[in-house]
Amino acid sequence: MDFISRGFRGRPREQAPAGRLPPGQYMVRDFPVLSAGPTPHTPLSRWTFSITGEIDEPRQWTWEQFRALPTETITKDIHCVTKWSKFDTVWEGVSVDTLLDGVDTTAEYVLAFSDGGYTTNIPLQDLTEGKAWVAFAFGGEPLEPEHGGPARLLVPHLYFWKSAKWVRGLRLMSENSPGFWETYGYHDYGDPWREQRYSGD
Amino acid sequence: MDESQLRLDGNAAAGILREVFAMDVSGAQEACASCGTIGWMGAQHLYMYPLAPGAVVRCSTCGDVLMVLVRGGGRYRLALPGLRWLEMREPVQAPPET
Amino acid sequence: MARAAVQRRLTWRRGRVTRRVDETPRVRTLVLALEEDWPGHLAGQHVDVRLTAEDGYQAQRSYSIASAPEDVGQLAITVERIGDGEVSPYLVDELTEGDQLEFRGPIGGYFVWDETPGGPLLLVAGGSGICPLMAMIRHRAARGSRVPTRLLYSSRSLEDVIYREEVDLLAARSDGLEVFHTLTRDRPAGWTGYARRIDLEMLTEVGWRPDEGPLGFVCGPTPLVEAVAEALVQLGWSPDRVKTERFGPTGG
Repeated sequence: MDFISRGFRGRPREQAPAGRLPPGQYMVRDFPVLSAGPTPHTPLSRWTFSITGEIDEPRQWTWEQFRALPTETITKDIHCVTKWSKFDTVWEGVSVDTLLDGVDTTAEYVLAFSDGGYTTNIPLQDLTEGKAWVAFAFGGEPLEPEHGGPARLLVPHLYFWKSAKWVRGLRLMSENSPGFWETYGYHDYGDPWREQRYSGD
Repeated sequence: MDESQLRLDGNAAAGILREVFAMDVSGAQEACASCGTIGWMGAQHLYMYPLAPGAVVRCSTCGDVLMVLVRGGGRYRLALPGLRWLEMREPVQAPPET
Repeated sequence: MARAAVQRRLTWRRGRVTRRVDETPRVRTLVLALEEDWPGHLAGQHVDVRLTAEDGYQAQRSYSIASAPEDVGQLAITVERIGDGEVSPYLVDELTEGDQLEFRGPIGGYFVWDETPGGPLLLVAGGSGICPLMAMIRHRAARGSRVPTRLLYSSRSLEDVIYREEVDLLAARSDGLEVFHTLTRDRPAGWTGYARRIDLEMLTEVGWRPDEGPLGFVCGPTPLVEAVAEALVQLGWSPDRVKTERFGPTGG
């Protein structure tokens, strides 16, 4: 018989509304901090956001230019591969559609790259048509460094490691190339509703 | 949260590493392939579950990734992207207690 | 010759709680009975503890072994209750004599002391960071070692000092163990010890000179550990003679 720790219940787990929690997830109210390395502190004066790779004219914004772009307020559920989900998170950001507006590319894949060397790969079509943002505010406040500030990618329909913290640009690629966690054993696509956690799931 | 708290010592990964290695790795010596510094695995910086989706050991001198271990889906994937070498000590049998 | 624990496959085992000791209002020691196949441990090693709820939910934490390797047949861990934690309140308040606890170990080969590295010892603890250092102090006493050893121990108040009586008794044996307390928040009337966070000046007064070939073990919350390690290196210690063990934020 499997071992049970007498009287242990764990953190109180709330009942989530039906159909809202992907398989294997549980609901949290706090916002856990996950990181694979030290928190970078790039001053805004040196911060840029770039679109590179398969693009005729690479694009780059300074922080001021980036913040002058039209913004959207986004309310979404987020799902971390370590099994917590957080509902109704409120972000402010620039739509990736805005950043790619008018770009003519044959690329089908994107590698998002960040300060500190973190990368993650995402099909281009998962970043367009209102599915992804570069977010600079959370809950009405500037995004804290521990949560990816000054800006992080926000791709809420995929596991949250795809929403790269400290993002500095997108590389457009005609061929897929795994990012950090995808190289080290996590799923290439990462759909929480199909529970694509690990490579091969 | 004080963000420095996310960082642990390699020593804290000793348990999960013992799931993969026959010998203790936290007490092993290592050389960083990036900066060449020789140190102890237990003294390097560690980012680990539940604070990261896997165990990431980084060189405490240059910050490059030495080792990543991900457990899940019934498998372990071990990557050693930044180790030039790893040297473990042969275990010595403890003398019987008298 | 260096004595190392026999290494074999790490498996989860169960131990029965035989005794609980109230150390401070927030800290309790659990003594577990060991089975005969326990391979023995080195002072400074830890165990992983795993709790399983009826619905299968599991939580896992690491705790340093506080007892000496010579304390055969049992193993002690000392747990501080973290308010919003899910494991430590269970271990401190719920688990009682006769209950079983699932754990695996011994684990770790870096933050260990077995008398062979030589040199005088400097042990620096913050709060429950004393636990692995206590295993070293108890090991030293059990072996009758006279290795000159200084413990610098930072606590919030006198009532938060873990193992206070035992440490004082061991220091009174005058066999080379010296103990220095610093109380960072509240001091009893007439307190003559240190009354501030550990700093360079304190380490200059208490620590050994680098040319005495000392070996340092530092355990506690990350800010304390990093400040102490930095200060010792500043004082001329070789970084590879300063072994550290940080607490993570998941210690609850």
